[in-house]
Order: sequence, then C-alpha cells, then structure tokens
Amino acid sequence: MDYENAEKILEVKHLKQYFNVGKADEVRAVDDISFDIYKGETFGLVGESGSGKTTTGRAIIHLYEPTSGEILFDGKNVDSFTSKKDQRDFRQEMQMIFQDPYASLNPRMKVKDIVAEGIDINHLAKDDADRTKQVEDLLETVGLNKDHSSRYPHEFSGGQRQRIGIARALAVNPKFVIADEPISALDVSIQAQVVNLMKQLQREQGLTYLFIAHDLSMVKYISDRIGVMHYGRMLEIADADEIYAHPLHDYTKSLLSAVPVPDPEFERTREEIAYDGSQENDGKERHLVEIAPRHWVRAAKDEIFLYKQRAQEASLIKE
Amino acid sequence: MDNEKDILEVRNLQVNFKTYAGDVKAIRNVSFDLRKGETLAIVGESGSGKSVTTRTIMGLNASNADITSGSIVYKGQDLLKKSEKEMQAIRGQDIAEIFQDPMTSLDPTMKIGRQIAEPLMVHKGMKKEKALAQALEMMKLVGITDAENRINDYPHQFSGGMRQRIVIAIALINYPEVLIADEPTTALDVTIQSQILHLMKELQDKISTSIIFITHDLGVVAGMADRVAVMYAGKIVEYGTVDEIFYNPKHPYTWGLLSSMPTLDSSGDSLPSIPGTPPDLLDPPTGDAFAARNAYALKIDTEQEPPFFKVSDTHYAATWLLHPDAPKVTPPAQIVERQEKYATMQKAWLKTQQSTTPVEEEEEQQ
Repeated sequence: MDYENAEKILEVKHLKQYFNVGKADEVRAVDDISFDIYKGETFGLVGESGSGKTTTGRAIIHLYEPTSGEILFDGKNVDSFTSKKDQRDFRQEMQMIFQDPYASLNPRMKVKDIVAEGIDINHLAKDDADRTKQVEDLLETVGLNKDHSSRYPHEFSGGQRQRIGIARALAVNPKFVIADEPISALDVSIQAQVVNLMKQLQREQGLTYLFIAHDLSMVKYISDRIGVMHYGRMLEIADADEIYAHPLHDYTKSLLSAVPVPDPEFERTREEIAYDGSQENDGKERHLVEIAPRHWVRAAKDEIFLYKQRAQEASLIKE
Repeated sequence: MDNEKDILEVRNLQVNFKTYAGDVKAIRNVSFDLRKGETLAIVGESGSGKSVTTRTIMGLNASNADITSGSIVYKGQDLLKKSEKEMQAIRGQDIAEIFQDPMTSLDPTMKIGRQIAEPLMVHKGMKKEKALAQALEMMKLVGITDAENRINDYPHQFSGGMRQRIVIAIALINYPEVLIADEPTTALDVTIQSQILHLMKELQDKISTSIIFITHDLGVVAGMADRVAVMYAGKIVEYGTVDEIFYNPKHPYTWGLLSSMPTLDSSGDSLPSIPGTPPDLLDPPTGDAFAARNAYALKIDTEQEPPFFKVSDTHYAATWLLHPDAPKVTPPAQIVERQEKYATMQKAWLKTQQSTTPVEEEEEQQ
C-alpha cells in the first residue's frame, strides 16, 4: 500500500472503554488507545482473550458509549452526530461480520430476508424485483447461488453461513467492515475459502477492513498493518511483514514465539520467549512512540533508547 | 497382538448413527494402532469422525450410535464386548480423556480438590483424606500455583488455562495407560496453549502414557505427534510418522490441508483452498469420498474406493495416485517445497548413518 498519499478513514484517539465505572469491579477493557486506519487497507488487531480487541471493535461501530476519547470516521465524530442523516450514513457505511456463523443468523428468517434487512431499512431497493435482484447478486458475489435465497440458515454449513453473513454486511455498500474473528469457527479448509473471498471483495469494492483475530498466521496473511493489544493497551503497531520479522516489544516477541508452525523440524527446535506482564505496571508513563518509520511501540521516555537500539539491530533505522 | 509395543488396536471399526433421515455412516472402516508411550495425532475437519472414534474407544457414544463391526483391543481384551459396568472400571483408570472445553467439562458446584480426587476414590476405593493429599500433589505437578490454598476453590475462580490444568489433573490422577486428548487447547490462547502442550509432553515423559491427540491445528500436531493419521469423511486416508506426513504427504487431501494453512511466511493474493464442502455421510459417495473436491481426481476415484498403498514401512496412503499405473502428478508448490526439505533432511540423516555404521561394525568385531 502507498501510505504516503493514503487517506485516513478512521481515527481512534485516546479511546477508553471502562465497564462498571467507579465500582469495585471496574474493568478497564480498553485503556487509552490511539490508532488510525487508512482507506483500502486491512488493519489486523491481535491479542489474547481479554486483551480488549473485541471491545475496541464494538466501540468503533458504536455499540458502546466510550468512557472517554474520540472515534472519527471520515473525519466525523461517531459519538456526536448532529443530524439523523449522519447517523444513518454511519450505520450504512460501517458494517460488521461476526465470529459465530451459527449464532449470528436468525434461524427463523429466510436467507433473502437476512441479506435484505439492511436494504429494507435503508430503502435501497426501488421495488420487490430490485430487492430480489440485489439479494441474488450479493449471494453470487459471495459464492452462493441464487436458489439458496429462499432457504433457512440451518440448511447451510458453517462456511456457507459465514458467506451469508458477509453478503448481509455488503448489502448496504459499506466502506468499512469490522470482521471480528470471522474464521475462527470454521474448519481449516474452509477458512482459506472465506479469507480469499474477503480479499477478493476488498480488491473489487475497495473496502477497508478491521480484522480482529487471535490466529496470528491468518492475521499476518490478510493484513497490511497490525496492532498488538494486551491488557487493554496497544503495545505495538507496524506493517504486517515487519512486525512478524522484527517485533520490537517483548510481548509481541513472546506472542509470536508461541505460534505453532506446521513444520515438525521447526517445532523441535522452537524456543519460546516468556513475557512478564508486570513490567508494564511499574508506574511509568508510556505512550506509543514511532521508533522506526511507521513502526510504533508503547514505551516510557527512558525506554525509547532501548527500542531504537533494537530497531537498529534489525536495520529498520540507520544510526 | 500384532506388535507387542501396541497398547491399543482398533480394527475395521464402523459406526453408524441412526437418525430420522437414515443412517449416518460416521466411521467407515477405521483401523489403527497406538503404541506404548507414543503420541498419535488424528487430524481432520469437523464431521470427519475423529471425535466419534475416540468416543467409541471410551464407550461414550450417544444412544443412537450403532457399532456395526470392528474391534478395539486393549491389553488383549475387546472393549466393544465389555458391559457398561466393566467400561466404568476402565474409564478414568486405564483410559482417560481430556475434554475440549475447560469451561463446561468441570462440575461448577464441586470444589476442584474433590473433583481431582474423585477418580481415586471411585477406582481405588481410597479414603477422602488420602485421595485429597494425592490430588494436591497432582495439582502441583500440573502447575497450579498456590495449590494448598486453592484446593477448596470452585472452577469459576480459575482462568481458562488453569481450568484446563485441572481437567488434565483429573485425567492423569490414576496414571492412565491411554490418554485421549480431544482438542485440549482449542479453546485457549496461543501462549496458554503452548504452556499446556509443554505440560502434556512433560507429564507423558514422567508417567509414560500413550496419547491419542485429536486436533484440527496442524501446527500443534507438528509439535506434539510421533505419528499422524489424517481422517476424511469417516475414514483414515493417510497415516505415517510426523515427518512423513508433513514433509512427504501423498494424499491430495493432506496436500490441501497443509497448503491451505498460511504459515508466518506466506504471502500472495490468494491462499490455496480446498473447494466445496465435505460429503454428506448419510449417503457417502461411491469411490473416493474426496474425489469431488480433488483437483487430482482420476476417473477410477469416482468408481472404486482406493486401498492403502504402502509408501514406507510406517507410511500408508489411500489414493489411486500411488497405483503403479496412475499418471505422475506434481503436487502443489508448497508440498514440493516440503518434499525438498525432507530430501535434504534425509540426506543429512543418511550421512550420520554412514559415519556411524563402521563404528558399530568395529564394535561387533571386538
């Protein structure tokens, strides 16, 4: 991707999402994160369960009121739309693909009605014939066939259901799609089909993706840039290839070292790097700092030197 | 027993499930051996029959399951001929299982110490205090921190990774001969997963148990298994040592599985994927069940089921491509890369053999 001239589609600024605020069981699910997503790219968000990656996705599509911070979509703050129209446009332009293809489709609705729900709400079809045609085109786009439109979800396999979920998201011509673990419920051979479909749709329709997942090899494959989250914080952001080849933060190193690789020889010699999460809680103030060009690491003032050194060793920056 | 090292021999197993729509042929003639101390991985997609196979071994199939033929011989006895009562004595004592979901496989109303001690009290008639003392030892062994204070905690007070350690402790408390691990780490994060896998290997060394490891994650298989069996549509289609399956696979389904997983160095516009979906086992297709999704399918694949062809003493694959009359095909690029790596590995291995052989001869002469 050409990032020099890239346009920002989404800006997340100091987003905090706390639950049970002020109570004893206050949870800081997302704790002051900032990042941008550019038009046409795929931004991968990785982290363990509880790291806040799903909460971040849900906050962006405004399923939550953020505790503090700003989310700008196309330059407009999603929390303070001034007109109904802005709000409607936002709901149309940003869509979501969900994790569980079994739970995310209403079992009592026919496929055509599931796919057309967004078309109906946004009055995107001129008449019934147009609605049917749009639905059939969408089903074809995602690799299903138009005869499928009058069937119910239970008649489909997991991979096919996920295709229906993708067709539903595309029905309202979105610009930005949040995919929250879209393939983790699918079998290996089907995962590749769905990922290929998502990539193809991105090329054809110029979509921007926020791809949330814990399967690190799949995230690397689909993403242009990747953000690593841990305990509600963003620890490192860089280009996908770079972050995998030269992780700078200790947590990223540890996470990558734990990924099992389908190569017995590699597995026999694999060395894991342990990570002590307590080092983040030493009271120092930390922010994302651009250590190498477009490679950000969460660091305290006195740690910047260390990361710069690491970046030099990996020849990401010159002396 | 064919082989004295074998601890479990499954022969010609066929399992059908009776449903309103007809008989689902879930397991279609499956045979394999489990050797003492080894880890055998069974890989395949959901619905390929891997979990049904192990549930049949455990005698835990649903009531509509019909075992139409086959035998499962454990220590000279056929488990399929055992009564439910006899199976109860074997389960949790000789053969134990680690279940997939640590969130649902523990009793939420029972203290974890008691849950770990239960198999001792049931199978060995141990008194509660003594059993709890052993449970405490086991908790320490599986790495539950602060075990003394946590023995009276309930499952909800533990994280997912800790709960899976508890499930492992329950399975191992009687030092079973055979341990079945059905997707034991699928519900866990990668960092926790690698801890649990390390733990399982360590414990296997300590108590020399044999493990049947079921998973769809080929990365995990590469790290855990000694031998691998690949299942598709209720059959084993290929089996061999872990190196043979990963570096010299012969079945097109294994090719597809291995190349559709992105590795950390894959790139490019599209991943090779296996088209279509697995067949409906209500009415399995004639011939090779994989033929419809197989780019390398031959005419005979739609007519006749392929037998196992021998690749090496330990490596067999059921594909007509191995028949002497079959046309030569080139596997996908990723597989060719793997084969090349295997060839270099074998050369290196042969070199070490050649350099060590004369030494052995000398020893014999002396």
